[in-house]
Amino acid sequence: MMAKDKFEDALEKLEDIVRKMEAGDLSLDEALKSFEEGIKLIRFCSSKLEETERRVEMLLEKENGLQVKRFQGDHDES
Amino acid sequence: MEDILTVSQLNHHIKFLLEETFDHVLVEGEISNLRRPQSGHVYFTLKDDQSQIRAVYFRPFGSSEKRARFALEEGMKILCRARLNIYLPRGEYQLIVESVEPLGTGALQKAFEQLKAKLLAEGLFDERHKKPLPFLPEKIGVVTSSTGAVIRDILNITYRRFPAVDIMIAPVRVQGNEAAAEIIQALRNIHAYGKIDVIIIARGGGSLEDLAPFNDEALAREIFRSSIPVISAVGHETDFTICDFVADLRAPTPSAAAELIVPERLELLTKMKQLKQRLTTGIDRHLDDCGEQLYDLQSRLKDPRRFIVNWKITVDELKERMVLAWKSKKQNRHHHLKQIELRLAHQNPVLTTRDRKNLIQNRQKDLHNHFMARLTATKERLLKNAAVLESISPLAVLQRGYSITRHLDNGEIIRQTDGLNEGDHVNVLLAKGNFNARISKVF
Repeated sequence: MMAKDKFEDALEKLEDIVRKMEAGDLSLDEALKSFEEGIKLIRFCSSKLEETERRVEMLLEKENGLQVKRFQGDHDES
Repeated sequence: MEDILTVSQLNHHIKFLLEETFDHVLVEGEISNLRRPQSGHVYFTLKDDQSQIRAVYFRPFGSSEKRARFALEEGMKILCRARLNIYLPRGEYQLIVESVEPLGTGALQKAFEQLKAKLLAEGLFDERHKKPLPFLPEKIGVVTSSTGAVIRDILNITYRRFPAVDIMIAPVRVQGNEAAAEIIQALRNIHAYGKIDVIIIARGGGSLEDLAPFNDEALAREIFRSSIPVISAVGHETDFTICDFVADLRAPTPSAAAELIVPERLELLTKMKQLKQRLTTGIDRHLDDCGEQLYDLQSRLKDPRRFIVNWKITVDELKERMVLAWKSKKQNRHHHLKQIELRLAHQNPVLTTRDRKNLIQNRQKDLHNHFMARLTATKERLLKNAAVLESISPLAVLQRGYSITRHLDNGEIIRQTDGLNEGDHVNVLLAKGNFNARISKVF
């Protein structure tokens, strides 16, 4: 479930959790749950940030439909 | 012997000859006598400074759209792709115009302004249609030429800012007659492919003619229809195209588009670190607070036996107060009784009668003494006052020979001659007796 989430949504959720935590009006139980979720979100976001691989492709039109081909001109990343 | 022709025959010959010869011509000229009847066809005269020819521009079958990218206007210089047509009933000829291009400086600009105004009026540029851009796209679609500086810049900048963003290039020609159609098809392909978070349509700078594909009405409408957010990055900072207006965001350059759409990984990492710090501090503080609260509650939680002791003391105190109150009340009653006894004793009638008698006798004596004293004192005061009176009496002064003169009419004493007139009657009072007199002269 987490993997399908967008970084943006996760970041927004995380910011919300931190804000609530800092406001200090959570019960201890809620605070602990929030903390746990916050840590999960941080892990998720960080893992996204740690990725360095990317794919550069070309979308081409052939007689039998669309074709995706690796783009050859992307030298700068290696 | 020459053949004799009917008018119809002649016109048929002419029609055959001319329509064959001028089946496809390019004519340039200026529009005049422009007319637009209900039919939607456009009639005008194409002229130069020496000659003119009638022309008609038919509305395409089944279409209400005008064929030209711009509206024909009186005085506009145009290039027509046309064929010649002979109208037999009248023996007249005219151009059937198939397509029109604006000519001369400003014509392209004019077409641009016209299209811009039209789409603006239709609401295609309205802010409410602008889609928000994703914060961190996973895959960016780039519609541009697959060669050249533009795609290289976009690839470099996106990689530098955030290496893990996939790029899908939809290669198109960005110049020439086919460009607009190719870009439209590329947009459709990207939608068909899916999995693209945002689309950049990019091209380097160029003249208005070079950028013409990006001022294409059909392309503008395709961008408007796009369900994926579109960034237009065409030309330089100062170039504006219809694409820019209809897109969800206009980037001044292709490089800027890459910067606008991809956040900096480093910034995000820093942010993440800060959020983690805040989260940890937050939970720590929470736990500390809870600990303190627990300690506080613990310290407030007391042995119930302490309360029993307190209650014992309270009961003792109340008991004591009760006894005291009882005693005090008893004493009060006793005292009160004594007083009543005393008051009763005072009311003894025997005593009362004797006392009253004595009192009356005493009062009588007092009254007498008092009266005598008052009489003596009054006598003495009278004598004293008589002597004083004697000394200041005017009679005593009159005795010494003075007299008092008064106005006869009002009895006022005369103290000065002011206000006295000769002949006034006065009264003069002497020590013994008085008389009236008349003033004979006032000095």
